[in-house]
Amino acid sequence: MSSQITGAQSLVRSLEAAGADVVFGIPGGAILPAYDPLYDAEHLRHILVRHEQGAGHAAEGYAQATGRVGVCIATSGPGATNLVTPIADAYMDSVPLVAITGQVPSGAIGTDAFQEADICGITLPITKHNFLVASADDIPRTIAEAFHLASTGRPGPVLVDLPKDILQATTSVLPADVWPPTLCLPGYRPVTRPHGKQIREAARMISAARRPVLYVGGGVLKARAAAELRTLAELTGIPVVTTLMARGAFPDSHPQHLGMPGMHGSVAAVTALQKSDLLIALGARFDDRVTGRLSSFAPKAAVIHADIDPAEIGKNRVADVPIVGDCREVIADLVAALQGEPRADLAGWWRQIDGWRRTYPLGYDLPTDGSVAPQYVIERLGRIAGPEALYVAGVGQHQMWAAQFISYEHPYTWLNSGGLGTMGYAVPAAMGAKVGRPEATVWAIDGDGCFQMTNQELATCALEGIPIKVAIINNGSLGMVRQWQTLFYDQRYSNTDLGTRPDGAGTSAGPGVGAASSAPRGARRVPDFVRLAEALGCVGMRCESLDEVDATIDKAMAIDDAPVVVDFVVHRDAMVWPMVAAGASNDEIRIARDIAPDFDYEEA
Amino acid sequence: MSTHTLSVLVENKPGVLARVAGLFSRRGFNIESLAVGPTEHDDISRMTIVVSVDELPLEQVTKQLNKLVNVIKIVEMEPLAAVRRELVLIKVRADLSVRSQVLETVQLFRAKVVDVAPEAVTVEATGTRDKLDALIRMLEPFGIRELVQSGMVALGRGPRSITDRSLRALDRTA
Ligand SMILES: Cc1ncc(C[n+]2csc(CCOP(=O)(O)OP(=O)(O)O)c2C)c(N)n1
Ligand SMILES: [Mg+2]
Repeated sequence: MSSQITGAQSLVRSLEAAGADVVFGIPGGAILPAYDPLYDAEHLRHILVRHEQGAGHAAEGYAQATGRVGVCIATSGPGATNLVTPIADAYMDSVPLVAITGQVPSGAIGTDAFQEADICGITLPITKHNFLVASADDIPRTIAEAFHLASTGRPGPVLVDLPKDILQATTSVLPADVWPPTLCLPGYRPVTRPHGKQIREAARMISAARRPVLYVGGGVLKARAAAELRTLAELTGIPVVTTLMARGAFPDSHPQHLGMPGMHGSVAAVTALQKSDLLIALGARFDDRVTGRLSSFAPKAAVIHADIDPAEIGKNRVADVPIVGDCREVIADLVAALQGEPRADLAGWWRQIDGWRRTYPLGYDLPTDGSVAPQYVIERLGRIAGPEALYVAGVGQHQMWAAQFISYEHPYTWLNSGGLGTMGYAVPAAMGAKVGRPEATVWAIDGDGCFQMTNQELATCALEGIPIKVAIINNGSLGMVRQWQTLFYDQRYSNTDLGTRPDGAGTSAGPGVGAASSAPRGARRVPDFVRLAEALGCVGMRCESLDEVDATIDKAMAIDDAPVVVDFVVHRDAMVWPMVAAGASNDEIRIARDIAPDFDYEEA
Repeated sequence: MSTHTLSVLVENKPGVLARVAGLFSRRGFNIESLAVGPTEHDDISRMTIVVSVDELPLEQVTKQLNKLVNVIKIVEMEPLAAVRRELVLIKVRADLSVRSQVLETVQLFRAKVVDVAPEAVTVEATGTRDKLDALIRMLEPFGIRELVQSGMVALGRGPRSITDRSLRALDRTA
């Protein structure tokens, strides 16, 4: 009979049937059978990356930009272990990701065979679920289950491990015949419909609150509930804060938006939470980077906590009204329930908030030595590229400035690694985002440190026609770590100088042999990012003075047929403010070194 | 901290024990006792897990367990509303001079001798933790040569079954 196919063919057809149009990956021994049918797949584009970590982050970027499941593929052993970081990243940030890995043949499992790694065991704590496929017949159902798990409930990464013999075996279970396969997930029943009683109780508390705040997390974006959120906010007049994972869920230009809360949040956002009498937490998880010292976080606030993951509710902060459900349904139901309620008078609360906003707006000093303020570069970039562009950050100071100084007006225009804080996320994630949203301008805003972790994916971008733009905020150091050394380690700059710019000197090398690695480097730039960009098939540019910033960005914006890398050489000592030191109370927020806001503590 | 007994119904699939055990250690909870075995339904295994935690972390661990895709259902067994049993096998020194005393103790606890050798007997006993501890204490003076214990298993009292509804869920998706 001709209706027999291989497991590998079943895999490719199942991925197509599940709706995948792109996979990012690298072949190798165990996964090789799958690459043969991939070669002539009509509806599935394979993008050959340069490192599996890049494949994983690209799949994440694709997923975060489009809302669809991102797919990456790797061989067994080292290919699979190279996926571990992006899988952990996707787990922390609830990104729908399906990772396909080859495995040594079933009979060789457990023998320390060549390129064997127990990737299901390794990824147990960092996946929503994983599968080791036991028969080629099971491939369509397993792929369908993987996509279902990754994209429903609280999204997350799912790994499917496929032994080589299973890929080579033949099967008569054809994806086209069985699609959609019946899923067998008896233990998986995410609750999406919120409980009416909880909604009514929440509505009652909302209309009675004097100092309420809408504490909006990434779950609102996952639920695609930005429109509903706006309706709720405008109906109630309640101030909104958006966490690092929720930037873009509510327009920054909206008068009710106080900005980002947390360690580097705005004074208004942090303080409003602290003084609040009711937190309406929507798809947020009371992360330590938001709460500061938990015991002193929003001490007078009652808490309404809505999340699709019941385990988040009450994990860090007790909820007075727990609501399990999909944020879009929760918010829509809240809106309906509030229609009949009287609207609370929040004028006093707003007067207080406006006072904080007026007195402590986000800002930065221009360096006195004539060097370029990194915040200025990022601010100009946001203005020139505009709110329709996508911004994908690395991890460090530049990430915080990108979260602070770009005005996000639309959902899914801000992508970053929030929970895991993965350096190296930006370039590959921007690549994936551009593949998913080819019509959009995609800017990676990366650090000179982060960029050196995954920039090889620019070769992929150049060859595959993925014209992303990269702004390297080159402060010559692992700036965020250096900031902590400035503040908490007596300016002893142990191993944070990167030598990526000629003025690599200028820091006092501490005592000891270890200090040799932060010795001055003279006139060299290692690497020279412009030449590196060109070597990778990109257009490279450099900007070293304030008056070139706009022109350089304009020039980069004008290129749309090749990836562009701009080396913005910026002031090396700029710091991220405001800041709540790790472990400190949010009441101890500093707007600059040793400077605390001067609140008048009168209550509204 | 107090002791809680959880009955966890799981899909009978490879690796499920590792997922459950890993979750406990990852979230910083100690398992005091664990028993796994098949149920009346081929596709479902049942784990009985005894943990020592406060009320709030218990709620958190239960919720985290519920997130495991292979976990179908979790029920806490209330001490008074459940029958709880453990099994112990004890090889105790029992030469002729003390054998009758050993056998008397065994009878007192309604335990059984399941193997006899010239110098030792092997005793099998089931019961609650307290009863087994008492038996062990009584046998200790004779000299315990070897001892092995099962994890605790527990079943709710009364006619109701916690597997019923889970089975229906399984049938629907099968
Ligand atoms: C993979 C990884 N390694 C180490 C860290 C710790 N870390 C956080 S920020 C940072 C510095 C990043 O430097 P750079 O990319 O130059 O950004 P900057 O802070 O200078 O803007 C480091 C090392 C991390 N977050 N991720
Ligand atoms: Mg840097």
